[in-house]
Amino acid sequence: MSDLDRRTTGGEDEPVRFLTQDGQLIRPDLPRPPDDVVREGLRLMLLSRALDEKCTILHRQGRLGLYAPVHGQEAAVVGSHLAIDPAVDWLVPASREQPAMLRHGWTLDRLLASLLGRIDAARIPDDVRMLPRQQAIAAQLPHAAGIAWATSIQGGRAVTLAYCGDGATSEGDFHEACNLAGVMEVPLVLVVINNQYAISTPVSRQTRARRLSDRALGYGFPGVTVDGNDLFAMYEVTRQAVVRARDGQGPTLIEAMTYRVGFHNTSDNPSLYRHPSEPAEAEERDPITRLVAYAVWAGLLDAAAVDAQRAEVRAEVEAALDQALSYDAPRPEQIFRHITGGARDNQPDG
Amino acid sequence: MAGTDVTLLQAIREALADGMEDDDRVVVLGQDVGRLGGVFRATEGLYERFPGRVFDTPLAEGGIVGASVGLAVGGLVPVAEIQFLGFLHQAFHQVSQQLARYRYRTRGRFHLPVTIRAPYGGGLRMPEFHPDSLEAQLANIPGLRVFAPAFPDDAYALLRAAIQDPDPVLFLEPQRLYRSVCGPLPVGAAVDQPAGVRLRREGEDLLLVGWGPTVHTCLAAAGELAERHDVAAGVLDLRILSPLDREGLCEEAAVRRRVVVVHEGVRTAGLGAEIVATLQESLSDVLSPPIVRVTAPDMPYPPGRLEDAFLPSVTDVVEAALKVVQAS
Ligand SMILES: Cc1ncc(C[n+]2csc(CCOP(=O)(O)OP(=O)(O)O)c2C)c(N)n1
Repeated sequence: MSDLDRRTTGGEDEPVRFLTQDGQLIRPDLPRPPDDVVREGLRLMLLSRALDEKCTILHRQGRLGLYAPVHGQEAAVVGSHLAIDPAVDWLVPASREQPAMLRHGWTLDRLLASLLGRIDAARIPDDVRMLPRQQAIAAQLPHAAGIAWATSIQGGRAVTLAYCGDGATSEGDFHEACNLAGVMEVPLVLVVINNQYAISTPVSRQTRARRLSDRALGYGFPGVTVDGNDLFAMYEVTRQAVVRARDGQGPTLIEAMTYRVGFHNTSDNPSLYRHPSEPAEAEERDPITRLVAYAVWAGLLDAAAVDAQRAEVRAEVEAALDQALSYDAPRPEQIFRHITGGARDNQPDG
Repeated sequence: MAGTDVTLLQAIREALADGMEDDDRVVVLGQDVGRLGGVFRATEGLYERFPGRVFDTPLAEGGIVGASVGLAVGGLVPVAEIQFLGFLHQAFHQVSQQLARYRYRTRGRFHLPVTIRAPYGGGLRMPEFHPDSLEAQLANIPGLRVFAPAFPDDAYALLRAAIQDPDPVLFLEPQRLYRSVCGPLPVGAAVDQPAGVRLRREGEDLLLVGWGPTVHTCLAAAGELAERHDVAAGVLDLRILSPLDREGLCEEAAVRRRVVVVHEGVRTAGLGAEIVATLQESLSDVLSPPIVRVTAPDMPYPPGRLEDAFLPSVTDVVEAALKVVQAS
C-alpha cells in the first residue's frame, strides 16, 4: 500500500483520498474504477439510501423492528465490496452493510423478509457465499479468519471480505481474529468502518491509537486508512488488498473514515450525545453527492438520469417489500426447526 | 488394533487418525497439537502422518473455536483441542452464541460439523482451572451435543461419531483416566451408532449414575458395596450428556427403584439436578426416595493437593448408597 500512501492529498497522516467533494480527481494519474463499476456503485448507494428511508418509515409505522441505517457510510461499504467477486469470494458482514449483502446475492426481498420476521424466506441461498448479519459485535471476525484459512488450506482462490465497526475493534474477537489471520497468512480483507461512534461512544473512547489501521502493525500485515466517503479510494485500496490476498500475501486491514449520519438504530436518540451540527457537517461530505458530481462531470450520467435512478431504486424497494410481505407470515412452529439436523454437507436440510 | 487392549488416550489417537484417514476434510487444530502432539499427546503422530492438516494455533481459545466455525463454513471438518476444559470459558461466547446456534440462525443454510475436544476432571493435582468440570454449563446450550466417555471403547466410538456429526460436539476427555484405564477398541455397530446410556456393571439393588471419571468412582463403590455390604449396585455410564437418553436412564432406574447420581461438577444447577428432575417427572410413583446426589460442593476448585476433600470419593458414594438402601 505504500504506493497509495504517497498518492494521498494531505501528506502521510491523511486518509487515502482520490476524489474531492466536488467529484474531481485530486490528481489525473490516480486510478479510476471502470465506468460500469462506477455506475453499479452509484446505483447501489442510491438503493441503500432508499432502503434506509423506507425501513425508517416502516419502523415508525410499527411494521418493522430495529433497523440500522447505512446513511453516510455507503461509499465505504459499496466501494470495498465492488472490489470482490461474489461468485468466488466470501462476504462476512457485521450488521450495517446492506448494499454489500445485496450485491453479494442476498436479494432485497430476502433482506426485507428478514426484517419482517419471515425467517425461512430470508434464508441465504445455497449459492450465496455470505454469512448472516452478526448481532454479537466482532464475533464474526474469527469466523472470517476461519473461512479464509479454509481457503488457504484447500488451495482455493476465494478472498474473504469482512466488515466491522470501530467499536468492534475493542473486542477480544477482533484481536484473536487479526492475530490468527496474520499468523496463518490467510486471504482476508478486513474493512473497519470507522463511523466515529459505537452507539453513543466516540472512537476516542475505544482507543488511544492514532489510527485504527495502526493496529495492523501489531499483527504483521498492512493497514491503511482511507477516506470512506470516497468510492474511488475505497475501491482501489480494497482492490489492491484483494490482489494481495489472492496472491497468497495474507491479510490487509482497511480503516474507512466515515460518519454515521443517522441514528445508531431506529431506537436511538443521537441528540443525547452529539451536537446536531455534527451530522449536518457530515452531510456536506455526503458520499453520494460526491459520486454524482463525478458521474455528471465525467459524462456517465446527467442530473436527470440520476433523478430517474433515484425513482427507480425507490420503486425497486417498494416491489421488494410487496414481495417480502407476500411470503408466509411467521408461524410459531417454525421456531422449533433447525436446532440440530441431519445433513452431512453444508446443504439445505429439511 | 481390534482385539488388543489400549488406553483411553490411545483410543482417542486412533479415532483421530481413523477419522482423518476416512475423510480428508478433517483437520486438527489447537495449542501445541502439532509437533508436540498435545500436552497429553492425544494428537501424537498426526502432524507427521497428515501433512498440512494439523495446525498449532496462537494461544487464544475464542479464536480457535471461532476459526473452527469459519473452517466448517469453508468446507472443512475441524477437530479443535482446547488444552483444558476450564479454559473453554475464554471461548464461551463463540461456543454458545455462535457454534451452537449457526444452523438455527441461518435456517439450515450452514451447519457446523465441528468437534471440540477438551480434557477435564480432577485427580491429577493440577493448578487452578485445569480440573474444572463444566459439563452442566455445556449441557445447558441448545444446539450443542456433549459426549463424555469413560472407557477406551467409548472414547473411540464417540469421537468417531463426533467427527462425523453434522453438528457441533463438545467431546469431554477424563484426564485422570487417559493412561490409567485400558480396554478393547469397539468394532462394528458400536462405532456406527453409539447412542444412549450404557450399563457398566449389573446389580439389582440400586443404580449408581455417573459419566466420565465418576463412572470409575461408581464402579469402585459398587465393588465395595458388594464385598462389604452385600448390596448389588448397578453402574450406569451416561456417556452422552446432551441430548440426554432420558428413556434409557428411566428404564435402568425403574427396575432398581433406588438411584444415586455422582458428578465432579459443583452441586447447584449441576447435571445431577437435571437427572433427578428427569427421574422424578417420569417415575415418581416407582422410585423409592430419596434420590441422592454425590457431587463436588458449591465452591471454587481447591488447590490440587487438597482436591481429595472436594471430589466425590468412593466412600462418599458407598455411604450415599447405603443411606438410600436403608431408607426403604
Ligand atoms: C458483544 C456485544 N456487545 C454489545 C452489543 C450492543 N451493541 C450493539 S451495536 C453496538 C455498537 C457497535 O459499534 P461499532 O462496532 O462501531 O459499529 P456501528 O454500530 O457503529 O456500525 C453495541 C455496543 C452487542 N450487540 N454485542
